[in-house]
Amino acid sequence: MAGLDEGAPLFAQVAERLAAEIADGGLAEGERVPSTNELAAYYRINPATAAKGINLLADNGLLEKRRGIGMFVAVGARRRLLAQRREEFVERYVRPLLVEAARIGIDGGELAGLIKECGHEHFSDSEGGVTV
Amino acid sequence: MTTAISVADLTRRYPGHVALDRVTVTIAAGSITGLLGRNGAGKTTLLRILAGQEFPSSGSVSVLGAPPAENEHVLRRMVFVREDQAYPDFKVRHALRAASWFYPNWDAGLADSLMADFDLRPDKAIKTLSRGMRSALGIVIGLGARAEVTLFDEPYAGLDAVARQIFYDRLLADYAERPRTVLLSTHLIDEAAALFENVVVIDRGRVVLDASADGLRGVATTVSGPVLAVDEFTAGRPVWNRRCLGSQASVVAVGQLDEADRARARSLGLDLAPLTLQQLVVHAAGLPTAPGAAHVPPPAKEGVSA
Repeated sequence: MAGLDEGAPLFAQVAERLAAEIADGGLAEGERVPSTNELAAYYRINPATAAKGINLLADNGLLEKRRGIGMFVAVGARRRLLAQRREEFVERYVRPLLVEAARIGIDGGELAGLIKECGHEHFSDSEGGVTV
Repeated sequence: MTTAISVADLTRRYPGHVALDRVTVTIAAGSITGLLGRNGAGKTTLLRILAGQEFPSSGSVSVLGAPPAENEHVLRRMVFVREDQAYPDFKVRHALRAASWFYPNWDAGLADSLMADFDLRPDKAIKTLSRGMRSALGIVIGLGARAEVTLFDEPYAGLDAVARQIFYDRLLADYAERPRTVLLSTHLIDEAAALFENVVVIDRGRVVLDASADGLRGVATTVSGPVLAVDEFTAGRPVWNRRCLGSQASVVAVGQLDEADRARARSLGLDLAPLTLQQLVVHAAGLPTAPGAAHVPPPAKEGVSA
């Protein structure tokens, strides 16, 4: 098992990894995704588990099957995944950040200052687009 | 989905000891199933009965549609690799040749490449092999047989972590190419967990868990953090184990958590970690009953411990 863990079932993690690659542009729209057996060998998991992960994305319309060739990234998949990620951003990052800040006694003003400071380092040499 | 192995109400008694107690299990054809449990739980007895090497006291056994004992037609389509398999006094290549005669799907090319992977020499006398190398030979035969039903009973005594990883990788690769029914008993649960589609746990001769491996993920979660927050979060939930250290507590909460539960845990500052298969087996083995497939095992509520 190459770096899969966390709470979700393995097949959901496989789906999550593929989705992340599509969202990051590593797998372009129209590109073939790895086969069930390739994923199984890479992650060292049961092929049925890998197949379930792929099917999860296919059922959501993010992948499409081309008979006899394999699964391909559907047109519009990246845009949909990015929209979904933006929605999850608050729950996944902002809220836990606020909880932890409160726990160690960082108040709102201080937190805003810290974010600004880090953002300055992070974005200073990029083109200014906030990519998450 | 067709059934490769089916066992109903199977009991095996020895004088003064019940090795298997009314075991009922079905194994789907073309799946990899983990057979888990403590030493002496009855795993080997079950595998020996499936392989036709031992007779049940009562109950029925069917492998590939027929009782396996003394059934040539079934036995040739099945390979059984035992822990510490004994071999006659001959060389490695003689053992491989005998296997090639017996198993109709024997793949000599696969066997050769496995031999190379394990650095196993064909001209070595088997009795001079180390324990690990004898295990490797068993694995070569078990995979090379490409048998429709492949039974591995703790096949890697003496093999180091690198060699075990070779076994897992080659098993997955060949299974992907030639799907077949694999039943693997192991006590190295966590390192083998991702291989399994299904898991059967035996304890003291009884099946205590029979579920899909995916279904087991998240069946129980370790919740840890400040005592008050942990207790608030787990109030009203069945729990398996509660441990405290100073103001910190760690509790195993039984049951799936939904997104709202997770959000609540985050806001309480709690850490959530799913039980690994190994931890789950440790708890499941203490259970008195046999829940059906994919059922949440009934919780055993435990008191406060220091």
